[in-house]
Amino acid sequence: MSQAREEILRRIRLATRDVPQEESPEDVSVERSYRVESVSPHEEVVGRFVENVSEYRASVRRVGEEELPEAIREALARRGARRLVVAPGVPDGWIPEGVEALRDGEGGRPLTNEELDASDGVLSGCALGIAQSGTIVLDGGRMQGRRALTLLPDYHLCVIYEDQIVELVPEAVRRLEGGVREGRSIVFVSGPSATSDIELDRVEGVHGPRTLEVLVCRR
Amino acid sequence: MRVSERPFQALAREALADSQLRRNLGHATATIRKKRAAAVSELPDWEELREAGAAIKERALRHLDEYLVRLEESVTKAGGEVHWARDAREANRIVAGIAKGHGAREVVKVKSIATDEIGLNDHLAKEGIEAVETDLAELIIQLAGEESSHILVPAIHKNRAEIRELFREKLGAKDLSDDPRDLTETARRYLRERFLSAKVGISGANFAVAETGTVCVVESEGNGRMCTTLPEVLVTVMGIEKVVPTWRDLEVFMQLLPRSSTAERMNPYTSFWSGTSSGEGPREFHLVLLDNGRTQALSDPKGRQALRCIRCSACLNVCPVYERVGGHSYGSVYPGPIGAILTPQLTGLGRKGPDSLPYASSLCGACYEVCPVKINIPEVLIHLRGRVVRNRQDSGSPAAKLDPEGAAMRTLARTFADRRLYEAAQKLARAGQWPLARGGKIRRLPGPLSGWTAVRDLEAVPRETFREWWRRERG
Repeated sequence: MSQAREEILRRIRLATRDVPQEESPEDVSVERSYRVESVSPHEEVVGRFVENVSEYRASVRRVGEEELPEAIREALARRGARRLVVAPGVPDGWIPEGVEALRDGEGGRPLTNEELDASDGVLSGCALGIAQSGTIVLDGGRMQGRRALTLLPDYHLCVIYEDQIVELVPEAVRRLEGGVREGRSIVFVSGPSATSDIELDRVEGVHGPRTLEVLVCRR
Repeated sequence: MRVSERPFQALAREALADSQLRRNLGHATATIRKKRAAAVSELPDWEELREAGAAIKERALRHLDEYLVRLEESVTKAGGEVHWARDAREANRIVAGIAKGHGAREVVKVKSIATDEIGLNDHLAKEGIEAVETDLAELIIQLAGEESSHILVPAIHKNRAEIRELFREKLGAKDLSDDPRDLTETARRYLRERFLSAKVGISGANFAVAETGTVCVVESEGNGRMCTTLPEVLVTVMGIEKVVPTWRDLEVFMQLLPRSSTAERMNPYTSFWSGTSSGEGPREFHLVLLDNGRTQALSDPKGRQALRCIRCSACLNVCPVYERVGGHSYGSVYPGPIGAILTPQLTGLGRKGPDSLPYASSLCGACYEVCPVKINIPEVLIHLRGRVVRNRQDSGSPAAKLDPEGAAMRTLARTFADRRLYEAAQKLARAGQWPLARGGKIRRLPGPLSGWTAVRDLEAVPRETFREWWRRERG
């Protein structure tokens, strides 16, 4: 073991001499009396999600499952998106005619960063949504793909099902726990990339997608 | 850790003369302050979250050795490599070694106070490696060759015209307006090339979970996602106090941090990763655990709470002192109230710069009220003042004995302990103060006592004391 490691651990033990020998970490009590479970009706939770996401200047639309392909077609047309990165697992039926789908790993070849950068946008699903904060969570699971897919394109069109939306951060953290233990990477997305670094003037996008569009879908 | 040798009071006096700085800062802090209050009032369980946040950090600090060993195990199990660094030199050597091992001439960095603290960029430059800061504000101050003035908005001291000139000169952007949109677009184009070609990315960490080995970076712009996703090799430098016990603990901090910091319900992006993943993200992950004075801060049971800090900067934005003097006056990478207690503990007391910091406060207590992990900053300030004074006395040097403040305090103690001495002193003061007192106030004491009135007025001794009045009326 490295000298530095032993030295730092020794310093810590010396520095915490005031902590009784017999104290275990769990003896330092952590009261979790904050809210961990939603008590609101789910329809209200979905409503709050939509409201909070739109406050980030992301556009949100609620659709029924049968309207989804048409909503996607409209969104892409408005945007003029022709070359679309499509996350693995996104149904073919969602991709409108005339749009070229760039599928990661097709023919055993992952898309290069340059290809992602040069695309018009990306279409993905997500792991879940948090109403309290208007957050979309990606964990690399179904319809999401690897992290770079939803990062490099300038436009992100994301589909979330209503039953994927929870109200509180603790509910989301609990749902993600299994994936984290499997070693999955997770990204919380709350609105488009933004900066307020110049005179506190908010500007959308320095690096991530500058436009985020969310379709909230009833099953 | 780099710290100014000049006392806060001297640096602050210079900063106070900069009216542009005061205007920018006043605007920034007032704006964020108002937004933060609104964001916090939305959560009915804010106080419960604060309690939990403080308790989780306290648990981690009291058993830091155990949690760091656990973190090392879980990161290693997830395919990462853990390095330990006693000080800045050791940490810099480790990071430079990894970059050089991959033949990197350029690394992309996401804003990290830990790497500022150790002066990593300068060290890499000496090794022939250019460290490109990718946060917009960090890029601005890097191009300007300046230092950060605020934890959250490091370039808040610069205005749009200054930034335009900088980009014109350094990035060769000729036709550029001073619209923040245009400026941002210029930075985006410049940095995107860097992201796509960089082999090595460097980050700090907001939290690291001992239980799962998950490291977390909280940000707004997406440069953090870029740096931690695209390069083949990722190096994260984190202070050892950033460890939290369990994954579940993040449910508390993901609520406390964004609302305290940018006053948002949630910041735009947060990345969590554990070691390396097959087929995506960096193929190599290195975690550097940095001490650099933290164990020294840990050894003071009262001062230790400063290590709970999650770097949200809420205390800066409510501080009447910071609002006027700005971040540079604190002489280190940690400005504001938290800097005033953290810096002297990390560097150690006994030098002019660090010793002056516990006095960089009016003790109004606003910082304690907003702190999401309930660090009692005023309490630590007073505690550290005590340590500074005791240090000076204990040094036993003739200078310490002749120290005017020490001598005055000794005389005062004697005077207060003896009724006759006390009354005689009052009479003497009343007679002696006449050339100094104006309208019941003394604005400037002479000679060695002038230090007392340098930053405050002194109440003059009244015409009649209470004791005199009592004797006259009831005696």
